[in-house]
Amino acid sequence: MALDTSGFVPKGNLNTDETALGNSGRKETIRKVLHRLSRFKLHIFISLLMATASVIFTLLVPICIGNVIDRISELAAGRGVMSETEALAIRNALNTELIRAAVFAAAVGISSYIMNLVNNRITYLTVRDIRNDAVKTIGCLPLKYLDAHSQGDIVSRIVADADQFADGLLMGFTQFFTGIMTIIGTLVFMLRMNVAITLVVVCVTPLSLFIARFISSHTYQMFRTQSIERGKQTSLIDEMIGNAKVVKAFNREADVIRRFDEINGRLTGASLKAIFYSSLTNPCTRFVNAVCYALVAMTGAFFAVMASDGNSGRFISGITIGTLTVFLSYANQYTKPFNEISSVISELQGAVACAARVFEILDEETEITDEDALSLTGVSGNVDLDNVDFSYTADKELITDLNLHVKPGQRVAIVGPTGCGKTTLINLLMRFYDTDSGTISVDGNDIRNVTRRSLRSSYGMVLQDTWLVNGTIADNIRFGLPEAPMDKVIEAAKATGAHSFIRRLPDKYDTVIGEGGAQLSQGQKQLLCITRVMLKLPPMLILDEATSSIDTRTEIKISKAFLTMMQGRTSFIVAHRLSTIREADEILVMRDGHIVEQGDHSSLLARNGFYTELYNSQF
Amino acid sequence: MKRLLIYLKNYKIQCVLAPLFKMLEALFELFVPLVIAALIDRISDYSAFGDRTFVFRSFVLLIILGVVGLISSCTAQFFAARAATGFSEGLRHDLFKTLLGLKFSQIDELGTSTMITRMTADVNTAQSGVNMFLRLFLRSPFIVAGAVVMAFTIDFKAALIFVVLVTILFVVVELIMRSNIPMLKNVQSRLDRVLSLSRENLSGARVIRAFTAEDVRYEEFVQADEDLASYQQKAGAVSGLLNPLTYVIINLFVVVLVYTGNIRVSEGALTTGQVVALYNYMSQILLELIKFANLIVTINRALASADRIRAVLELGDEASAEKSGEVTYTESVTDNEYIVEFDKVSLRYHELSDEALTDISFRIRRGETVGIIGGTGSGKSSLIALIPGFYETTSGTVRVDGIDVKDADPDKLKKMVGIVPQKAVLFEGTIADNLRWGNENATDEELREAVRLSVAEDVVESKGGLEGEIEQGGRNLSGGQRQRLTIARALVKRPEILILDDSSSALDNLTDRRLRDNLKTLDYDPTVFIVSQRCSSVRDADIIIVLDDGLLAGLGTHAELMKNCEVYREIYESQFGKEGE
Repeated sequence: MALDTSGFVPKGNLNTDETALGNSGRKETIRKVLHRLSRFKLHIFISLLMATASVIFTLLVPICIGNVIDRISELAAGRGVMSETEALAIRNALNTELIRAAVFAAAVGISSYIMNLVNNRITYLTVRDIRNDAVKTIGCLPLKYLDAHSQGDIVSRIVADADQFADGLLMGFTQFFTGIMTIIGTLVFMLRMNVAITLVVVCVTPLSLFIARFISSHTYQMFRTQSIERGKQTSLIDEMIGNAKVVKAFNREADVIRRFDEINGRLTGASLKAIFYSSLTNPCTRFVNAVCYALVAMTGAFFAVMASDGNSGRFISGITIGTLTVFLSYANQYTKPFNEISSVISELQGAVACAARVFEILDEETEITDEDALSLTGVSGNVDLDNVDFSYTADKELITDLNLHVKPGQRVAIVGPTGCGKTTLINLLMRFYDTDSGTISVDGNDIRNVTRRSLRSSYGMVLQDTWLVNGTIADNIRFGLPEAPMDKVIEAAKATGAHSFIRRLPDKYDTVIGEGGAQLSQGQKQLLCITRVMLKLPPMLILDEATSSIDTRTEIKISKAFLTMMQGRTSFIVAHRLSTIREADEILVMRDGHIVEQGDHSSLLARNGFYTELYNSQF
Repeated sequence: MKRLLIYLKNYKIQCVLAPLFKMLEALFELFVPLVIAALIDRISDYSAFGDRTFVFRSFVLLIILGVVGLISSCTAQFFAARAATGFSEGLRHDLFKTLLGLKFSQIDELGTSTMITRMTADVNTAQSGVNMFLRLFLRSPFIVAGAVVMAFTIDFKAALIFVVLVTILFVVVELIMRSNIPMLKNVQSRLDRVLSLSRENLSGARVIRAFTAEDVRYEEFVQADEDLASYQQKAGAVSGLLNPLTYVIINLFVVVLVYTGNIRVSEGALTTGQVVALYNYMSQILLELIKFANLIVTINRALASADRIRAVLELGDEASAEKSGEVTYTESVTDNEYIVEFDKVSLRYHELSDEALTDISFRIRRGETVGIIGGTGSGKSSLIALIPGFYETTSGTVRVDGIDVKDADPDKLKKMVGIVPQKAVLFEGTIADNLRWGNENATDEELREAVRLSVAEDVVESKGGLEGEIEQGGRNLSGGQRQRLTIARALVKRPEILILDDSSSALDNLTDRRLRDNLKTLDYDPTVFIVSQRCSSVRDADIIIVLDDGLLAGLGTHAELMKNCEVYREIYESQFGKEGE
């Protein structure tokens, strides 16, 4: 469906760095898009065939009507002069032309509808596949990538960019080829009728393109100004509405509104300019069209007069009235494909930019597959770290020469000030990140030689961030073990103490939580996170600040759940509250990526060192 | 819709002129087929006249029609743009004002991201809706109706064909549009699902991998994506019908028209030129119809946005209606012994939610330091939010300086209370700008004093003094630095009641201690509420309020509570270990 471009407002953000996508990058992206489309060879062939058919039939309809008009005027001119048989022959010819016109029109309808369906299929399925691939890739991307990139940005690539790409692709398919075919087809049909009038149309029509170009290049700056002002306003809105409570508490509404109005006024001025000047495109192209129409009418009329004068030359031949109407109807439509193609081109450019953003994700280096590596089974819980070095960025070292040997069933607590490398250690144990040098091994196997899956499923992990899926309570508990029977789920919930609050929920284990579902307190969420580990009960545990967003009293209750779980399992506990780790077998005190002290609570206190300092600062 | 139309009130003239000029343009367009018809008839009869000048005259006439059309159309575009931008300017202003005027409970309900979307995307959509409406909504029907009327002036019988055509087209377009709307909604909800799954897969990357649930999650996504693609195709199959179908219908009617035209010509009722004119009018209907269908899509979108905006504005009406009902505010008369009194107070944020506070009663004397302690979600922040009247109690009364908060002048009340919110927020501007939020007329001296008291001298120094720039949200400061500046901001106000809502959580123990000592030295002797999860922050308070799950679990000094409040003792022990251990 052709969009009215009279309200032409560039889609998306004008600040997007279209130029950043260099020529080679653009070519590369187009190549990838074409590669993906190659799956649909048959569909594309059908689409092109149907487009060609619909264009040819569309152009044939006015010719039939033109012929009919000629017959009508012949009949009118011959009224009373013509013999009845002559008139009958003309009338028959007229009726045949009318039937042809009707058949052609129906053919246009059918072929363009088939083309629409096929194009829909090509685009939506292509984008679906791209999206699936993107999500699959994300599942295999190293966490390094995910940690370094804004989530909102990645989501907008998968959803919004993919969607805009689909729109652009669809529009391109539907209008680009049809447009070109229309331009060529019309030209051929016109040339066959009269060269001189065709020249008039060919000379004048491109003017509308130039005018459109001229206007859009001159309004570009206006749209930029508008988007800059809009950006300023959005940022003020974001700041003030986001903190409306503070604004109100300090009675600053009037002042804030005054600042808002200032920007609002400037934005309105900028918008008015941009909208008005850009909206001149349509009237102007329409005017060019009108001029073209008038010129065709004039030259056409001369040729028609010439025809009735009877002096047709070799190159300049007279035309009939029917031909004149065909020309007029072509002239009326001829600017349309030009305008469409120019808007399709800008749409396609945007689509290519969007596609490039999605492909960037697909091209990211994923973790190397390790399907053929060793699979860890029956882990007893020996964990050894030897001379481990690690840093997130090359210029800032974090963990250097870390050594640690944990025996099965030991409870290891890791403490230290913020940024000392506690959570980083967990990232290394789970192999979310790989060490720069040194080895980590589980039961004597270097973790780089075992599959990530088997390594990770040997650990049960509870984090500070209580991430749950949108779904029922049971779905969430079953997260690591989707086939677990209900009685096992309830058993696990009873073991962690989650059962008592779940029982009180409206739909018990079938209560939907998350967006639009029941609201759980932080403590309840954490209990669910613990329960889902409890159900799976792997041989080793990692608790990373698992209780820091919960108040100390709830923590005590949750600690009981932890104790049950940790029974006989190698566990790593990261905490900033020292009260939670007093009972650990081994406490590692970390500072700037090193273990500075090591021992149990009382022996560390007795040492009167950094641990003692940390411990006392709490009170 | 009416609610939003008032924003066009100042643009009445533009709103009339824009469509008027558009109709003028359309009118000139409608003359074109007549000129062509005359031209063709003249050509047919050329041998009878032998005059070629009419060709030039027709040409000049067509150009004049084009020029006049261009001028009126450009004029219309200007008025439409003026009205649309003016409309959105007024709307944005009011919307912004409304959002800032909402009650706290309404702010919670709406949520920040919704409020921002309403102000930006929705207003923009409404603006382009107004613009397109003014430009096209009259033009397209006018051309369609005009073409029919012109057909009538040419030939009655032929014109009847037009009437039937327009009726059928109207029904077809309406049917397709109508059946497409629910399909688009379906697509939207599938798209939302894809969006939320992608978001989940990213935010839960660590957990998903830890539980090796990648495959399950991927399958789930593929399912949702498949769903989306199939609904997109279904919706496309319906909307893709519009153009081919209208084309076929119109051309079939052209066939009927020309056929009838021939008969009328043979009857001598029509000329060939007139048949061509009728044919041209029908073509015009086709072009306008497609534009009109697109317009309806735009208008529908704009109406949906307008509806969402209206809902927000009505929330604002609700808020201000309640305010204006209470014109006279109760003034405090005597010096009350108690500055803050809670009398059987309960609070429920939402009709369906549980009570956040239940039956809370206590009284605080002027100048006392009050500690409020309890676990997460125990109701601490809810309790202090009632003091400046941010929320209304569900039952019971809160009195500040002897006046029921409900009857107090909200501005005066806010002036009395200086609050340091849990989330330390600063705004873009200089440090001094930020501190003067507390009191616009504060001198630099007063600002410096507040900075000293809030132990924030080093923060100010690190930014190069009071004129140091703070970036949006204060992101060029650390959490602890922001907290101290927000405390300074409240102190600049010299409030009678100072509330610190867990505002020292990012401060180390020593700074926290110094801050609390400084607060005791304030010359205007305010009543201080300190909300905290740490026993160490509240143990020296004159009175401590212990909350547990919205209930008052204890009230008294540290020593008293240790003796007779189980909850307090548990909190204390969870932080300090058992006494004597």
